[in-house]
Amino acid sequence: MSILHQQRAFYGLLTLAILTSVGYGLVSHGAEGMAFGFFSSFTIAGSLMCIWERSVVRSAFSLMATFMGVAGLFLLLGSDFLAMAQILIYVGGILALILFGVMLTPPDLGERSLPRIGGTLVLVLGGASLVWKHVMDATESLAVLPVEELTPMTSQDQSVGLAFLHPEQYVVAFELAAFLLTVALVAAVYIARRRTADFEPEEAA
Amino acid sequence: MIQEQADAVLGHPVHPDSNVFVRILEWLPLPEMIPGWVVTFGGVMLGMSIFLAVMSVLVMFCVWMERKVSGHIQCRTGPMYAGGWHGWAQSLADGVKLLLKEDMIPKDADRTLFWIAPAIVLGSIFGAMVAFPLSYDWWFGRMDLGVFAILALSSTTTIGVVMAGWASASKWSLYGAMREAAQVVAYEIPLGLSLLAPLFVLGTFSLTEASAMQSGWFGMKWAIFTNPFLIPAFLIYVVAALAETKRAPFDLPEAESELVAGFMTEYSGIRWSFFFFEEYAAMLLMSVLGAFFWFGGFESPLTGALRASGMEDTSLVFSLVCFGTVLFKGFVGIFLMMWLRWTLPRVRIDQVMTMGYKYLTPLALFCVLGAASWEALQHLIFS
Repeated sequence: MSILHQQRAFYGLLTLAILTSVGYGLVSHGAEGMAFGFFSSFTIAGSLMCIWERSVVRSAFSLMATFMGVAGLFLLLGSDFLAMAQILIYVGGILALILFGVMLTPPDLGERSLPRIGGTLVLVLGGASLVWKHVMDATESLAVLPVEELTPMTSQDQSVGLAFLHPEQYVVAFELAAFLLTVALVAAVYIARRRTADFEPEEAA
Repeated sequence: MIQEQADAVLGHPVHPDSNVFVRILEWLPLPEMIPGWVVTFGGVMLGMSIFLAVMSVLVMFCVWMERKVSGHIQCRTGPMYAGGWHGWAQSLADGVKLLLKEDMIPKDADRTLFWIAPAIVLGSIFGAMVAFPLSYDWWFGRMDLGVFAILALSSTTTIGVVMAGWASASKWSLYGAMREAAQVVAYEIPLGLSLLAPLFVLGTFSLTEASAMQSGWFGMKWAIFTNPFLIPAFLIYVVAALAETKRAPFDLPEAESELVAGFMTEYSGIRWSFFFFEEYAAMLLMSVLGAFFWFGGFESPLTGALRASGMEDTSLVFSLVCFGTVLFKGFVGIFLMMWLRWTLPRVRIDQVMTMGYKYLTPLALFCVLGAASWEALQHLIFS
């Protein structure tokens, strides 16, 4: 099979899987199930594409599907704050950083060293068995997921703010993390700054 | 506490529990046999189509306005013939032309990414638009974290622009995309920090609550009048918003005198116009966000007068007045951005970076600190 045919077969299967999960979710749980099927299969499809794609840049772009899918799952669970933090940090920050790094490396359109079909199969089977085991355990212990009883939390900004700043909750961890990040930022600037020694060869020449 | 305060100002909870389109669907006489998911799906589809249509008209108006404003700033008249009165149909004609133009994809381009990139750019800005309430009573998505959602989703545009630049397989496009990525990452920090200052004063992330908090003084208790540190914070916000929306003097990603058209060089026809659609939508987004957090949102002497005459906040007339007020404030902001664009020359990329990291970020931090201490001082003195 040529590379083009492999690619087509892969994307065809991926589309089929997404449609199947959306359809199954729709039949079993209505609109919410449809959304869950869409977001979860989107997440998995993005990560599979990240492994499968030959070009590094396309791999990096496919991560966006994964991050957005996870954000969608958070939204479905009624956690707006986590969903938006996921998008802001992972898509707006980390993905932009990865892209920056990847686009500055020389283009490498050759085959990845990872044997793609075998590697993908192993990863898919391993992941599926893990997920299957966890789902089985969860359904055994919970009997049935009480979707109707989950009420969306009201005013998440206040609960998140209280959790971070209330003296009886996570204020120490929050401040420590902030301090650590500040130190890291200052250190990064210190490492990256131009020293006067850097200019000397230019002046001599 | 702040939510209770906002509720007390309005006399009812700020978020009545139904969305605009759900209400429309409830009002329609639907037969019982239609399953629930069809109604939900139909509501979403209906909402998106109405939203797209309204946004298209607003963007077309913005394009026409930009051409008129730039014309008058340069002592020209701008478009005058299409449609008769001051060339009002010029954008419509341009839209038809762009729809009919050939959509070319370069031979070496990465076709899939080239095809997806405009969709991501447009989709992210529409996603951010969902967080905007239309009035105290009308809204699309229930967002307690409106500002956070808007900042998060509008930062996704960068990925689309980088994708467009990379997929075009052209050095001009790639340069434009790299500049965009560097610029947006640099200016997201001062943008977020300058927004933090009014957030401290108003004490809420929600746009509806922010507007309700500014409803005192006959609708003129705007945040910018209550705290002197919000004035420099607003100036920083304007600069950072210009850089985020890639508007001149920060239009480095598409600098036509250096990079042909930047990341849009290889695009043509309707796909090219998607990028412009995004630019104008982002301008509206940023101006309306500024209006909500500095200039009262829905509140103006008009709403104050209506409220004094005993009108309910949930009535149709009041909602229309609210929507009109916020749209008017948004267009004042857009006019400001156009004015700056046609007055100032473009800055260099190193100047852009220096300003973002070395000046605006520390200044924004200072504004946040100042606004917070001013609030604390007021609290100490008056209570």
